[in-house]
Amino acid sequence: MNDAKLKMQLSCPMPKLDFDIITLGHGSGGLLTNRLLDSGVFELFKNEYLDKRHDGAFLNLKGPTAFTTDSFVISPIFFPDSNIGELAVNGTVNDLAMCGAIPEYLSLSFIIEEGLSMEEFWRILVAIKFASERAGVLIVTGDTKVVERGKGDKIFINTTGIGKIHPKANIDISRVKIGDKIIVSDNLATHGIAIMSVREGLEFETDILSDTRNLNHHVSTLLDKFGNQIHLLKDPTRGGVATVLTEIARDSKLGINIFQAEIPIEEQVAGACELLGLDPLYVANEGIFISIVNSDISEDYLLKLKSLEGSYNASIIGEIVKDHNGQVVLTSEIGGKRVVNMLVGEQLPRIC
Amino acid sequence: MKFLTEYRDADLVKLLLDKIEKTVTQPWAIMEVCGGQTHSLVKNGLLNLLPENVQMIHGPGCPVCVTPLNLIDKAIHLAQKSNVILCSFGDMLRVPGSKKSLLQVKAEGADIRILYSPLEAVELAIKNPDKEVIFFAVGFETTAPANALSVLLAYEKEVNNFSILTSHVLVPPAMEAVMNDPDSNIKAFLAAGHVCTIMGIEEYYPLVEKHKIPIVVTGFEPVDLLQGILMCIQQLEKGEYRLENQYSRVVKSEGNLRAKNAIEKVFKIEDREWRGIGNIQQSGFELRDKYHAHDANLKFDIKIDKVIECKDCIAGLILKGIKKPHQCSQFGSNCTPEKPLGAPMVSSEGACAAYYHFHQANNQLTSIS
Repeated sequence: MNDAKLKMQLSCPMPKLDFDIITLGHGSGGLLTNRLLDSGVFELFKNEYLDKRHDGAFLNLKGPTAFTTDSFVISPIFFPDSNIGELAVNGTVNDLAMCGAIPEYLSLSFIIEEGLSMEEFWRILVAIKFASERAGVLIVTGDTKVVERGKGDKIFINTTGIGKIHPKANIDISRVKIGDKIIVSDNLATHGIAIMSVREGLEFETDILSDTRNLNHHVSTLLDKFGNQIHLLKDPTRGGVATVLTEIARDSKLGINIFQAEIPIEEQVAGACELLGLDPLYVANEGIFISIVNSDISEDYLLKLKSLEGSYNASIIGEIVKDHNGQVVLTSEIGGKRVVNMLVGEQLPRIC
Repeated sequence: MKFLTEYRDADLVKLLLDKIEKTVTQPWAIMEVCGGQTHSLVKNGLLNLLPENVQMIHGPGCPVCVTPLNLIDKAIHLAQKSNVILCSFGDMLRVPGSKKSLLQVKAEGADIRILYSPLEAVELAIKNPDKEVIFFAVGFETTAPANALSVLLAYEKEVNNFSILTSHVLVPPAMEAVMNDPDSNIKAFLAAGHVCTIMGIEEYYPLVEKHKIPIVVTGFEPVDLLQGILMCIQQLEKGEYRLENQYSRVVKSEGNLRAKNAIEKVFKIEDREWRGIGNIQQSGFELRDKYHAHDANLKFDIKIDKVIECKDCIAGLILKGIKKPHQCSQFGSNCTPEKPLGAPMVSSEGACAAYYHFHQANNQLTSIS
């Protein structure tokens, strides 16, 4: 855990409780549920909307708005430098950011498998608190359900988010045009490999940390400066960069060329991918985004990105072209070409 | 990355391609035996950089592709037993059996785990004494030492709830089967570097002599592959045939003695059925009698009906290099990586899957023969 995260954890010690694990009763809606929520949950997320403790939040929305939802079912729930709670906030915040929106409100729902320790739940709650503070969003409504042991996998979290569209944003697949440049904001595959390194049966020693982070401040800064020159934003989470690019090629009916030599990847992550037989292009990310921008501004855009924390390794990895419509073609480090396809299912390691 | 980036050097690749171009004067068909080599040729886009006169034929060295259908059915049958944890390498899971794949029965509730090492399966068996842990021991000589060690470990520690379902195949007999096929037009081989790392290169000398054919033990990176191809072509153009070792930074003539020792202790050589090719004499490993307690085939009473391969699938002809994937009437229409009729369309090392991706590119980029 980095120092800042450790400090946060220490600044929110777990309250003294008369229970140390979560049981079915904590999801009943009755006394135990109230005891769980009063134990500090409301205190952690305190804001004027939540404090009313009504069935839902009363919001006053005006103008173009983005609305998104995401569920988080990751295993293991704790992984190098982060946990499912932080992921659940950043994931939805980032989906809003990719719409060109400024995230404002989140809902937060838990499905907990009975037996989860209160200590683990508290660590998740604290991670949610700080992730939402960093992203500048308020948690305005929520829900807690508990399911029998064996009917869940420790904890599932759903977050739904609402954000106001940035006044200068005009993000749409129809705006992608021939000549546009494709920029990734930082190193690929870091999150997926960090998770793999702690997954049961696969543990290997490494200091690779998940890259989970909010991207909304990056996006706001870039939209302030470059406005509608930004044609499309996407975060390559599940399925990785390859999947996102094949979707863009398919939906825009244009061709995409990318260049292996320009794709940023940390050496340790690249090594782990080699060892595990995985293609980093398909590995999940949680803290990077892909921008498709007008080629005239691409160099300035890259410089700006590289000046921001968390995107120092940004790189122009390719461009939109008029050939091979609907397909992504990768030029390998040695100059050979191949088509990049969508994966049929999960990426499975090869035998040898 | 040391020992990797040097072998992916664009300038060296260009130099080797120029040399190949200058050396080759007539068409030659060269088989890369190993699926890992096929994968690398495709992944790095090497196939469309080679001159037209160099035709690469993708060999049978894809363990997933040659595992017989009824063995996959056996694994599925075992996995469906309530007290069984079936462990497997990853890309075996998607291969279709006669009715289902392991991935499907996993979704239906079977306890199937993807592991990187069979030794982890022994640990799993120790941790779950009330379960039967079965490792689906698939692969060539490369995975055999680790599988042998898992059996030795289970034997020594008396982990009686651990067994392996063996489907080990050997490279040299398969190469011989390919050479013996009257329809084969293969003029040289890139032998599988990883297999030779374990087994050494000595067993290839008799093959070279008997069939008067160049064999070059070759690695997996672009520079390795091109150098291997160049070494084959230099021999072919001069009318020579001998065994050469391109991958000498890894492969020693005698192989890895400790690994071979473990294999020798645990396995004996038997005839084996190859999917798409048929029975090849003395081409597989079976557990020695001493370790029968850890042989899933003997431990469990598995009766599987003999199954017939899909009649439209020409996997056998493809594995022997007689037909190219896109010459199959089902290719890309009824048979795709999403709905494979045969195993070479499943694994990323399989020739059909590799061609499926490559062929798409070539509709747009260049034409293929």
